[in-house]
Amino acid sequence: MTPTISITGLTRRYRHQTVLDDITLDIEGDCISGLLGRNGAGKTTLMRILAAQEFPSAGQVRVLGGNPVESEAVLRRTIFIREDQAFPDIKVRDAVRVASWFYPHWSGELAETLLSDFDLPPNRNIKKLSRGMRAALGIVMGLAARAEVTLFDEPYAGLDAVARQLFYDRLLADYVEHPRTVLLSTHLIDEVADLLEKVVVIDHGRIVLDAAADDVRGSAATVSGSPAAVTEFVGGRPILDSRTMASQESVVVVQSLNDFDRARARDLHLRVVPLSLQQLVVHAADRSLENVKEMSA
Amino acid sequence: MLDDGAPIFSQIAESLAEQIAEGALVEGERVSSSNELAAYYRINPATAAKGLNVLIDDGLLEKRRGIGMFVAAGARERLLEDRRRRFAERYVEPLVAEANRLGIDAEALVALIRESDQSQGGIKV
Repeated sequence: MTPTISITGLTRRYRHQTVLDDITLDIEGDCISGLLGRNGAGKTTLMRILAAQEFPSAGQVRVLGGNPVESEAVLRRTIFIREDQAFPDIKVRDAVRVASWFYPHWSGELAETLLSDFDLPPNRNIKKLSRGMRAALGIVMGLAARAEVTLFDEPYAGLDAVARQLFYDRLLADYVEHPRTVLLSTHLIDEVADLLEKVVVIDHGRIVLDAAADDVRGSAATVSGSPAAVTEFVGGRPILDSRTMASQESVVVVQSLNDFDRARARDLHLRVVPLSLQQLVVHAADRSLENVKEMSA
Repeated sequence: MLDDGAPIFSQIAESLAEQIAEGALVEGERVSSSNELAAYYRINPATAAKGLNVLIDDGLLEKRRGIGMFVAAGARERLLEDRRRRFAERYVEPLVAEANRLGIDAEALVALIRESDQSQGGIKV
């Protein structure tokens, strides 16, 4: 099967700055993927290119089998909701109606439900909405469009934790009924970790991790205890980070540990705590980590 | 609800196996679908499906086309048998190791076991 999104050798340069550096990435259909990385890593540029709002300097991008640039067929099947989404100066209700004309799978019913879930007043002018309400409106449109390719770029500026949870729950609920290709960029990694099937980490314009979320989980752990025991346990395993304090040493081991390893750690009186996705991404973005790439290979 | 260690799908599988072993899910009962699990645990439905597949592969669940997944006959007994087999490794060995570390001898350990959990009527053996 052709991947829904296929990116080959994509580079994007602005004058002296390389924002995306030779990115190659496939995203299969019907999957929720996370595009993770620090601010300025290149997430937004990548999504803008997928939505044909920006153009590659080099390389090839295929969305739903076609080039998104000036392809109405592809663009009608794609929705891109970004942080601080700009809207025309009209009423909420009218903005929703306009969007419904553009997207072939638009669900008016879902839009109504979501407007009320997020307490959005349909007759209010968008200009008069708070920042959080505008973000919520973006989310309503992003979900109600039921576009085959749904791109959310940090879609929750100004949304509180309760509203963000509502977004995650509604996304999951509607995705279950109407599977599609969702790419969600965020730096609130712990919040979305469990929703993701695929994890892509981008740093300084390059992909530093591209793996199934299940493989990433538990692929690294912090091992701490007496320095001698830690050294014995770690042996030749790849490590990421190590900290020492008096009689304690703490090392991040990049390897999934099996039952035998765990039993051995217990015998050595070591504490083993798996790294969360968020911590892993921080480490991955910290340096260009060959280890992290290897472990997902 | 879920921790950060094991892959989510295996935590889902383990949690369902636990419910079967405890009798919370009885044989022949329908178990939650992957979509229901996804909504409940707030996880990706593909991950939930993977968890269910682990139990299907182990023969603990059976799929009835178009209806759903059901707890297979004999599933509970098989899980309990498996736990009995692993009891020493999972509970007794760490217990003895820690007792040794603390200088608690065999006799004292046995006494502690006998005294333990009086609230539940003590140990029955």
